[in-house]
Amino acid sequence: MEVQTFEQMQDQVGEPANGALSEHLKRAVLSAGSSPRLSAAGAGALLFDPGTGVFDAELQGRLLALARRAESDLPSGASIEVVLGVNNLLLSFNPLQLHPDKAATALLRLWESADAVAVAKRTIELPVVYGGEAGEDLVALAAGAGLSVDEYVRRHSNASYAVACVGSMPGFAYMTGLPAELAVPRRKVPRMKVAEGTVIVGGAQAGVMPCTAPSGWHLIGRTETRMFDARNTPPCLLEPGTEVRFIVKGIEA
Amino acid sequence: MIDILSTGAPNLIQDAGRRGHLGFGVSRSGAMDTLALSVGNSLVGNDPTEAAIEISLFPFRVRFQKDLDFAVTGADCVVRLDEAVLAPWWSRTARGGQTLVIERPKRGARAYLCLAGGVDVEPVMGSRSTDLKGAFGGFEGRGLKRGDALKVRGNVARAVRESGLGVVPQGLPSFWEALSSGVVSIRVVPAAEYRNFTDEAKKAFATTEYEITPEANRVGYRLNGATLPLSSPLELLSHGIVPGTIQVPPSGQPIIQLAEANTCGGYPKIATVIESDLWKLGQAPVGCRIRFIVTDVDEALTSLGSRAAEMVKLQQTLALMSHRG
Repeated sequence: MEVQTFEQMQDQVGEPANGALSEHLKRAVLSAGSSPRLSAAGAGALLFDPGTGVFDAELQGRLLALARRAESDLPSGASIEVVLGVNNLLLSFNPLQLHPDKAATALLRLWESADAVAVAKRTIELPVVYGGEAGEDLVALAAGAGLSVDEYVRRHSNASYAVACVGSMPGFAYMTGLPAELAVPRRKVPRMKVAEGTVIVGGAQAGVMPCTAPSGWHLIGRTETRMFDARNTPPCLLEPGTEVRFIVKGIEA
Repeated sequence: MIDILSTGAPNLIQDAGRRGHLGFGVSRSGAMDTLALSVGNSLVGNDPTEAAIEISLFPFRVRFQKDLDFAVTGADCVVRLDEAVLAPWWSRTARGGQTLVIERPKRGARAYLCLAGGVDVEPVMGSRSTDLKGAFGGFEGRGLKRGDALKVRGNVARAVRESGLGVVPQGLPSFWEALSSGVVSIRVVPAAEYRNFTDEAKKAFATTEYEITPEANRVGYRLNGATLPLSSPLELLSHGIVPGTIQVPPSGQPIIQLAEANTCGGYPKIATVIESDLWKLGQAPVGCRIRFIVTDVDEALTSLGSRAAEMVKLQQTLALMSHRG
């Protein structure tokens, strides 16, 4: 695999070169082959985005392997940090210790040999009180899905979820596995304050608020289990690959 | 020990930031103006990354319980130690019982009070920075309140001259002139979705000014200016972002993510502010206009290298001066 210049990539995508800007863009947009895309995020970070726009669980497994390899194999003096996203990965480093070109080449080399990790199956059960004040959107969501509240809760709690990645807030796990009929677009206007422990759904994803913060997702219930404690090692209860099951502790009207 | 006499909740303990925990969803945090933090620390003999007080609500008043070297850097403020007025970016020795007042800036947005030895708070996840979102780090995970007493690690008073010592970093005078004019230039590198914006958007981004709206804090600044449309709508999966990322939500008005940026985002990204210009944003107040200059990774790297070299030179000069006594 070879790192190409911006001009080479432009030839492939057939976009007319913008004379005034191509020089500036040359180093900012790198591409290896036609698909995996690598772009600069300043001098000290690279975003690797091999996805197609639709979540692919197998690709996520390979990216988790890449994240682990990048953390262990890249030069330790370069302040390497890896943020696993949803079908993508951000590599942050000290560019005065590791040149961005070298970081790009090293990352793509690791990607070639990254096989999906067999994650040791770890299952976390989260007891949930559905509905009530903490889950004030439950009734509307059930109605929107054409289900009774009990049926909505049954489907939400029968599903098996997988943590795709952790991010946004300290300890916030993006979970996949929400039944398709429960998927719902995010709110147009986010709520400014959603309480810690609130069980939420947004798009095709599920989650639990690890702290009180703004959110554009919908609220369906509440768990007492703590997601994040800065003084624990590791600080997060859930990590990429963890299986999560929501257990019905109660349903409040 | 110093006693906080007047403050506001936005005044926080910050160091050079929390590294290595982005993968847990923990923001970098740290000083918004790392240039001011590192120079201020160097002036009082600290490691440049040491924890200091970031002040964005004024006036800020403290009383020193014991003799202590301190430095005030960052915004252009009137600084008084009892009756004596200090020059900007200056360090001195305070005597026990003296009061330091930092007035509202004439130019700039954030002042840094660095104390010899560094502020003594327990590091959490490798940093003394306050993480407001997670309510940990810094002083009890919160902003400073009147009546708080801060300890320093070691009581050091060793300023070389009674009148103190100051530094004017390269580029600071011209930056302050820019602040006075109301327009600052910020260099950026195109980001992942740059190509997806219309030619008009790219042109507007690089040639027109964007004003910092009142929705501006340590998480990020919302800007107001020419809208930046995409060529066609774009739905992105959540992905890692860094401080300096310029996102464009559906409104077409850009947002610059800063020190407390969420570790993941979903909006298209037009550009990223280069690392060595982030400090300027930390000093750009609400109402200030920004002109973006599109550059490349090479320049971002060169600029970062020169700043690192300037810091090394400063350290050497200060070491030399303290030896001469």
